[in-house]
Amino acid sequence: MTLKYTKDHEWVRVDGATAVVGISDYAQTQLGDVVYVEVPEVGRKLEQGKEAAVVESVKAASEVYAPISGEVTAVNAELAGEPGRVNADPMGEGWFFKMTVAKPKELEALMDEAQYKAYVEGLG
Amino acid sequence: MSDQPQAPLQKTPLHALHVALGARMVPFAGYEMPVQYPTGIVAEHLQTRRQAGLFDVSHMGQVRLDGAGSAQALERLVPGDIRALQRDRMRYTLLTNASGGILDDLMATNLGDHLHLVVNAACKLSDVEHLMRELEPAVAVTALLDRALLALQGPAAVAVLGRLAPGVKAMRFMTAATHKLADIPCLISRSGYTGEDGFEISLPAEAAERLARRLLAEPEVKPIGLGARDTLRLEAGLCLYGHDIDGSTTPVEADLGFAVGKRRREGASFPGADVILRQLREGAARKRVGLQPEGRAPAREGTEILDKDGATIGRITSGGFGPSIDRPIAMGYVASAHAAIGTPISLMVRGTPRPARVVPLPFVAHRYHRG
Repeated sequence: MTLKYTKDHEWVRVDGATAVVGISDYAQTQLGDVVYVEVPEVGRKLEQGKEAAVVESVKAASEVYAPISGEVTAVNAELAGEPGRVNADPMGEGWFFKMTVAKPKELEALMDEAQYKAYVEGLG
Repeated sequence: MSDQPQAPLQKTPLHALHVALGARMVPFAGYEMPVQYPTGIVAEHLQTRRQAGLFDVSHMGQVRLDGAGSAQALERLVPGDIRALQRDRMRYTLLTNASGGILDDLMATNLGDHLHLVVNAACKLSDVEHLMRELEPAVAVTALLDRALLALQGPAAVAVLGRLAPGVKAMRFMTAATHKLADIPCLISRSGYTGEDGFEISLPAEAAERLARRLLAEPEVKPIGLGARDTLRLEAGLCLYGHDIDGSTTPVEADLGFAVGKRRREGASFPGADVILRQLREGAARKRVGLQPEGRAPAREGTEILDKDGATIGRITSGGFGPSIDRPIAMGYVASAHAAIGTPISLMVRGTPRPARVVPLPFVAHRYHRG
């Protein structure tokens, strides 16, 4: 299992041919109270770096980008009723969607846990 | 999450306290202000509705007008009946321009020998220039740069402040009085911007942190940032200058016709009177209304409002989420034909029209202490 992060604060956890995507703890802290999440429909083809979902806090709407390319295979339906899961458990119950891994090489350019931690610290 | 460079920001007298309390500081109207404390906007919002919240609004402008004819003179610039304002009473009024637009909204209080004004932070420099240009030398216009302004809002505010100065308990909504709080002479008004009962406290800047700490030591009080200030005022249906009202919106369009005094309608002697009085008689082409999206998706400022046929009929001017009612809410202007309560409309969110309805304002009933 591989856990990677993007500079836009998405995480992607890859297990075999499937990946789970969410936003990082840093991202949820910056956003504040999440009140709405719009996930992509199952079957949608996502392209790395392009918009995949929307997360809205009390203050503002933010785009969530696809960390890798692939097709959406499942979405977290629980977020519709309990968007606060993104705040409470961003790396677990607050996941956004699952997808296929179309181009495994894309993962190599993403940050691992240690690199992401350093990156976030660098943001001050 | 913008990281663009900002011009040097001013600090309020409570800046160090905000930082010590763990606030996230953001630029607002030229000041570095707390948008939220570690508890977050929703918790701060609910705290204010259920108990009491302390807001630093020292960035706002405080101005005094001295001179025998101050009330009469101010009426040349606002449509409110300022001359009828009794001693220690305050009134919401508007500085208007020649085309009937709103230059700023403000509170004016009659303190006997002078008028005390509280104006928006982003407008205060232009307001003071405007007041000086139009009113001096007959009226002395003084920007009170050495005063802080705190707001204590919420159902427990009166009990808290009453502990420090029992006299405040007898005050009614939209009145002012001078009381000592923790030995600090304060100008206190029973007013606010949350829809709740509460007080605004004007005091010398150097004493602000001491009073803020004293109030925060009370069990019912927590510090509240600008984020919750915005959600509270939106639920209360109150306008935010620069968003819901500006130089291009008239008091009638903004549904603020109550701020045009009855006597002033007869005199027609305020800027933009021809436009404003005609709109009062004949109606305006557009109107500010409350909007309730049907789903859970918030619709933000700038969102296009469509009629049932898909034609654009206006735009959202304030939109977000109402923590007390746990739903997205918005205000905006629509063509008057679509302004009736219950009118179905659509909101264009991310390219998709989403159903919504025109609803009455406020979203959360006001709980002012009218005595």
